[in-house]
Amino acid sequence: MSTDTDDAPFAESEETPFTDIDLGWEHRKNRIFLGIIFAASMFGVVMLALLLLDVVTDFYRGQTEFGISLIDFFTRDGSRRQELAGFRGAIVASVMLMIFTAILAFFVGVGSAIYLEEYAPDNRVTRLIEANLANLAGVPSIVYGLLALAAFVNGIGLGPILLAGAIALALLVMPIIIVSTQEALRAVPDSMRNGSYATGATKWQTIRGVVLPAAMPGIMTGTILALARAIGETAPLIMVGALFTNRIAWGPFDRFSAMPTQIYNWAAEPEPHFIHLAATGIAVLLAFLFAMNGIAIYLRNKYERDL
Amino acid sequence: MSTETDPGPGITGGTARDDIESNRRARRILFGCASITVLTTLAIFFVLFDNAASYFFGARFTEMLMGASVEQTVTFTEFFTGTRWAPSHATPSHGALPIIFGTLAITVGAAFVSIPIGTATAIYLSEYASPAVRSKLKPTLEILAGIPTIVYGYFAIAFINPVILGPIAGALFGINLGRYSLLSGMLVVGIMTIPMVSSISEDAMSAVPDDLRNGAYALGATKYNVSTRIVLPASISGVFASYILAVSRAIGETMAVTLAAGFNANITANPFDEVMTMTAYMVSRARGTSAVGTVDYQSLFAVGLLLFLMTLAMNLLNDWFKRRFQEEYR
Repeated sequence: MSTDTDDAPFAESEETPFTDIDLGWEHRKNRIFLGIIFAASMFGVVMLALLLLDVVTDFYRGQTEFGISLIDFFTRDGSRRQELAGFRGAIVASVMLMIFTAILAFFVGVGSAIYLEEYAPDNRVTRLIEANLANLAGVPSIVYGLLALAAFVNGIGLGPILLAGAIALALLVMPIIIVSTQEALRAVPDSMRNGSYATGATKWQTIRGVVLPAAMPGIMTGTILALARAIGETAPLIMVGALFTNRIAWGPFDRFSAMPTQIYNWAAEPEPHFIHLAATGIAVLLAFLFAMNGIAIYLRNKYERDL
Repeated sequence: MSTETDPGPGITGGTARDDIESNRRARRILFGCASITVLTTLAIFFVLFDNAASYFFGARFTEMLMGASVEQTVTFTEFFTGTRWAPSHATPSHGALPIIFGTLAITVGAAFVSIPIGTATAIYLSEYASPAVRSKLKPTLEILAGIPTIVYGYFAIAFINPVILGPIAGALFGINLGRYSLLSGMLVVGIMTIPMVSSISEDAMSAVPDDLRNGAYALGATKYNVSTRIVLPASISGVFASYILAVSRAIGETMAVTLAAGFNANITANPFDEVMTMTAYMVSRARGTSAVGTVDYQSLFAVGLLLFLMTLAMNLLNDWFKRRFQEEYR
């Protein structure tokens, strides 16, 4: 700790004539304060450790005491019968959700960010879009589920299919992709743009040929992190109607139940066997999350350089 | 990029006029992309108001325009002051107060966890922690922020409630704790919003210039004095913004509270009771397509609209607060 250097002058001044200031107490007060805020900082860490430990223990007990075989878990679909239930359908659905969410959100999100960073004049419309973006990021995820339910599932009659879930997730992560893309574009120095303009390139040619390639690692990192957020989202999928099927979804127009909704189904059951199925599912979901975050960090470190 | 040597994808053999035209076209398409975000907001407003209208007035706005008869089935007075929430019961009752209470109780309880601990963590990170500790503590808190809410819900129902709260309730109060409890919801939402408070507050505290700190040290202030009387007041706008965001997040939180606090809509002062939040109600009534036109389906949007307006108010408060109280340090 760097506190010793700051406390040093006071330690020597015990015999100062200013007796109304109890320096010993001041010193203790500092110590107590540091103790309290250090303990508070550790609270979050301890809770994270407990959470992971709980998942790992329940995962392990599921394997040993409840006979959940990982092979069955990965090759069976959801089932009302605990001994037949597996996670394959949920994993397939989640992977497909990620693909369609990425397709729907990436191009529109990056396009919006390019407009806002490169083209947008500083006027009221632009400020409205920016303010709206900040507000969208604060909208609860369950509301995106309601939007998809009313507009797509029932409004245009898609039904509770995987594509409707992907639309809800895409709208949900769009603000995240836009903001991270804006940051990546901002990190490209103007000298690179000016160099391109000097060769006679138009703005669009500059963006395509110079700015986007330079910003792409940052954009990819932001997109992967946004998808990592989307893969764990449960509430919008439940609103869309993802709770009520146990069959595997083979395409975007099938009914589906993804990893988080399947975990919710299991966790809400009172039997301990289902709780341990949920723990096994969470272990798989967290593995996906850590892998996606790992890829994002790898990309960031590999391509991070001074522009 | 090695753009000096290869001509680059944007360079075509066309005339300058073509290039300018494609630039214009790109600009229009990109503006279209950006306007989708505005359309999303408008669509959220429209969908929520439109369907909520059918809950209160028996017809959607779009149906009213077509000439559907309008009669108020649920009065706002009943909705906001009634204390029994059973909209699809045989003898229906539309008092949303119990689920509003559930949401607010969990939000307030979570704030009592996340605000003190998050602020203390921010002070530690910004003022006390050595670079080595910081570089480990910050990513750890980021992991905490990245864990899906459903996992927090599982943590509540499989660990916090039975392992931590169950024995306490049994030993100290003689209460036989059920699967769900209000307290477990408060705790788990508090834990999940700690990283929000700590990271945004820490950013604000780190932005306070060292001149202010050094001035205080020169007057003989201790590190404790500097942290609490200089840094905290100087960064108060950012710190408050983090509180508002954490509260807004707690209001809209769904899966964790559903699995932690349960489905029993009641107003209670006992933290070991089961309660239902607005979001938990919505989860319990989500039926996809099958329920269209029923009171259940309409009530989803009435509750969703209220939830949206509550979080919107929080976000607007945050915007106003930032504009009003932000200090610029150079």
